[in-house]
Amino acid sequence: MKVDLTLNGNDITADVEDRMLLVHFLRDVADLTATNIGCDTTSCGACTVLFDGESVKSCTVLAAQASGHEITTVEGLAGNGEMHPVQRAFHQEHGLQCGFCTPGMVMAIVSLLKENPHPTEEQVRTGLEGNLCRCTGYHNIVRAALAAAEMPGEVPA
Amino acid sequence: MIPSTFSYKRAGSAEEALDLIAEYGEDAKFLAGGHSLLPLMKLRLAAPEVIIDLGGLSDLSYITDQGSYVAIGALTRHHDVEHSELLGRQVPLLAHAASKVGDPQIRHRGTIGGSVAHSDPASDLPAVLLALDATVVARGSGGEREIGIGEFFQGLFETALEPDELLTEIRVPKPASGGWSFQKFAQRGLDWAIVGCAVQDGRVALVNMGGTPLRATAVESALAAGAAPADAAAHAAEGTSAADDIRATRAYREHLARVLVSRALTEANSRS
Repeated sequence: MKVDLTLNGNDITADVEDRMLLVHFLRDVADLTATNIGCDTTSCGACTVLFDGESVKSCTVLAAQASGHEITTVEGLAGNGEMHPVQRAFHQEHGLQCGFCTPGMVMAIVSLLKENPHPTEEQVRTGLEGNLCRCTGYHNIVRAALAAAEMPGEVPA
Repeated sequence: MIPSTFSYKRAGSAEEALDLIAEYGEDAKFLAGGHSLLPLMKLRLAAPEVIIDLGGLSDLSYITDQGSYVAIGALTRHHDVEHSELLGRQVPLLAHAASKVGDPQIRHRGTIGGSVAHSDPASDLPAVLLALDATVVARGSGGEREIGIGEFFQGLFETALEPDELLTEIRVPKPASGGWSFQKFAQRGLDWAIVGCAVQDGRVALVNMGGTPLRATAVESALAAGAAPADAAAHAAEGTSAADDIRATRAYREHLARVLVSRALTEANSRS
């Protein structure tokens, strides 16, 4: 079937199988491989992207469902060579170890800060319940989320 | 994991969804948020030939005050139930329980109607709606009808919906008092409940203690007879048929049910 969506601000149209998952569309059709496939069971959050501005797990969305909608991946966050505040905060706080969960963590935090621009540490931790870091590097990820909330510049994607 | 092949159809209205289900019959499944059905399809535990996507039915996404009850459109997402000012004020049990479903990403996609129609006894909201004595509205070729939540869940993934019916609305009576509680025990924040418990005005419902969400009738009778919360909660496992599985033994689930019901009754009492 034909899907037609806005991906990181650009229109993309492709003819795909009806059963194609959004994460496979992003990685294999659109060639945007930052979004990782971790558990593939809606648990780990590595494949988190924004669907009309809200975090979703792209392993549990059909590409067909995204047709007509706006999808943002971590590749779409930086603008004019400037990192997004959440990306800058991850750099500043060293919010990663192996980096596999990072794209999903960043997108989950972008969505979280859009809904709650100045969360408490507890709100960040519960807000990231859907994202697992197998290095268990949560402390710096939480610090990065809190730092991003205090950074100048527009936080929403 | 990739689902087996199917044909994707997108419904633009409830009428179109009913036309499509009439056309494809039992080979077709409705897809709401997809957060129960798609995981089953990826595991090939479900393999519908046709998927009818209801995601575009924005007219079935609403929460409105109808006087004695609150009407919730079937396509209303958990995120919207969680943040509804009306539900927070009138039916705090439901708004609170919705905030405990899965994780933020799941709540951005999953819908209340999808959760109810899926009829998974491990889901939170079906038991919560039992405790709230809600009514389900279904629309089919024969028109619209109301189904009491007590008759709705008929078995694991089985409901009172006819194959050609679409769940359109959930009606939640405004509770008589503030006596509510929701308790859930899970290994990780985003997990399904190993056991859960919802209490509202003396009604006690259990998550994951049998093939369907259940009313803990022995507890309710004990409460009605004047038993103290801890004594009533001792009956929590009576009449249940909890599973023995990789997450927990049946005996452990029965223990959890007693503990969670006791906590829930105590909390509900403190609020009423």
